[in-house]
Amino acid sequence: MKQLVNAILVFLVLTGFLLLASSRLAACIRAVAIQGILLGLLAIAAQDGKLSVVGVLLPLTSAAVKGFLLPWLIVRAMRDADTAREVEPLIGYNLSVIIGAVALGVSVWLGQRLPLPNQPASFLLVPAAFFTCLVGLILLITRSKAITQVLGYLTLENGVYAFGAAVALEMPILVELGILLDVFVGVFVMGIAIFHISRQFDHIDTGRLVALSDRVS
Amino acid sequence: MVLAPFLQGVINRTKAIAAGRVGQPLLQAYHDLWKLLRKGAVYSQTTTWIFQTGPVVGLASMICASALLPFGAFPALAPFTGDLVMIAYLLALARFFTILAALDTGSSFEAMGASREVAFSALAEPALFLGLAALARQTGSLSLTSMLESVSGTMWMRAAPALGLTIAGLGVVFLAENARIPVDDPATHLELTMIHEVMVLDHSGPDFAMIQYAAALKMWLLGAVIIAIAVPSHAGNPLLDCGFSIMGMLGLAVITGIVESSMARLRLLRVTQLLIAAIVLSGLALALVQR
Repeated sequence: MKQLVNAILVFLVLTGFLLLASSRLAACIRAVAIQGILLGLLAIAAQDGKLSVVGVLLPLTSAAVKGFLLPWLIVRAMRDADTAREVEPLIGYNLSVIIGAVALGVSVWLGQRLPLPNQPASFLLVPAAFFTCLVGLILLITRSKAITQVLGYLTLENGVYAFGAAVALEMPILVELGILLDVFVGVFVMGIAIFHISRQFDHIDTGRLVALSDRVS
Repeated sequence: MVLAPFLQGVINRTKAIAAGRVGQPLLQAYHDLWKLLRKGAVYSQTTTWIFQTGPVVGLASMICASALLPFGAFPALAPFTGDLVMIAYLLALARFFTILAALDTGSSFEAMGASREVAFSALAEPALFLGLAALARQTGSLSLTSMLESVSGTMWMRAAPALGLTIAGLGVVFLAENARIPVDDPATHLELTMIHEVMVLDHSGPDFAMIQYAAALKMWLLGAVIIAIAVPSHAGNPLLDCGFSIMGMLGLAVITGIVESSMARLRLLRVTQLLIAAIVLSGLALALVQR
């Protein structure tokens, strides 16, 4: 079981690097979808054999929403907004990956000295969760398009979810469903916002939204 | 060591079958070596002794490196603690002299190839080192022989992700160092697109035979490390273990041939990305075994 958890976490980290390195929007969306599915599997695998109906259904729901529903919404928003298929980052892909490697080092270091109330299923869980959060932050900072911002936000949420799997194995079902609903509504609203931005400005480059400011430049 | 050029034959045969051709004989590499050895060497007047030293040093360091490498059930000829660093540096020494010899000819093509080789190997080397470090950490020893011997089925049960990542990282290094397709096309005829081949354009006769044999040995070396991790066989019967390892090597050659047939050469800019990915894979393996 522990091997399975470790393998899932390694794949989680690898999808993080894939997000940083790939130049295609479609590949990024797919990577986030895979992350969502992996997290669902992780939540089941981390229960260590003590399976309950709720304990299986809830991760499966989350995996379905994050792996299929949200990507579908984003792809639709992308199609509606007529975006180019390139990611167009503010810094190069190689630099992104190197920053990612540094982030991985930081999260491993952090994961080793962070005191936790209970023992996580794997020593890699906390570093992987931190790393996924950091990848989300890096994506939010270095990518300029609105769609990639949504992807960064989703990755960040995935990281938080993984961290939840590390420290709180039995989260109340209502809280978890609520978070899932929040994320879903968030992405839904962002999809609509992207559509409107692209209709208003003919592009979804967030850098140019500065022009909306009242300040006379 | 005798089998080393045979690997290239297997790769070429795989590529030929994938392309629908009959392909050259499996032993073509040996015929090439024999043909080259019987010829005389031509030296350009602009070259110095460095040019003639290049192939000799290259072959010598490859032979030294293969003395450090175990195969199957047979331990290395001369193992000592820390020989994995030695092996990496022997590879680097051979590369350094190939590059010097290439620069010595004064040909602009060769200088270009040398610059590419340096750029890519500078990225391939950290990946190799991190992969070996992860392996050393996992097995708790610093000598290739004892390191590769202690990789076993039970270790795979315990640390499959780390070993898998190490293999993936070393696999990319294997392709890059041996100038195989995603990085460099060994069959290209255009000097501008070559990396490794272009550096040895001016070598001829026995010198070229030495270079080719050294290249075959290098492929065998890196391949043997990968196979020792991927196919750990400790049946107790030396012949059986060796058989397994040789089967593994042939399998690796077939996989390389399939990769070459199914992929195009990457753009030079993308190669750095591939190698950085290899560094990340090996680094992740190292992070995994830290606990």
